Amino acid sequence: MEMLDVFLAVGILITVSILMTMYRVFRGPTTLDRLMATSVIGTKVVVLLVVIGYLFERPIFVDIPLTYAMLNFVGTLIVAKYIERGELWKPYT
Amino acid sequence: MEALHVVSALLMFSGVFFMIAGALGIIRFPDFYTRLHAAGKCDTLGEVLIILGFMVYEGFSFLSVKLLFLSFFILLANPVGTHALIRAAYLTGVKMWKKEESQ
Repeated sequence: MEMLDVFLAVGILITVSILMTMYRVFRGPTTLDRLMATSVIGTKVVVLLVVIGYLFERPIFVDIPLTYAMLNFVGTLIVAKYIERGELWKPYT
Repeated sequence: MEALHVVSALLMFSGVFFMIAGALGIIRFPDFYTRLHAAGKCDTLGEVLIILGFMVYEGFSFLSVKLLFLSFFILLANPVGTHALIRAAYLTGVKMWKKEESQ
């Protein structure tokens, strides 16, 4: 079993877990359920991008998951703050 | 296969196991808070284990330092996101699950 087969199996299993999480995106009862599921999918995609970079033998693609992790983190925080306070830039009282 | 490749493959498959267990928890748990409990911990551990497997496969180079930064950022950012989500849910009054309601 070569190492590329291991990378392919890991990528396929990560994709299966992403598809299992998509269930909660489609029928989450609340908005926060959908937001949690999209955040989880985003952090899974970060690892999937690393796997794809090694699978195509271009490991310098690691820069793209670094950027995507930061963007996903900021997006989750902003939407959670908006749901919590009702508007974005209301200061603490 | 060399010994280090076996070690990295074991690390990656254990990480995949944790990720699939977290996805099962996200599907099956009855409440938002318990679902977030499954999502936060299982995902963080699974991703860090997979990236650790890639670091073992890569050896000591510039790329493994980048992967170390990525795993450090995931370890820092994932609990912060979980905390923000659960604070928003608690302050906007998402109901908690009780056993009598389900019957």
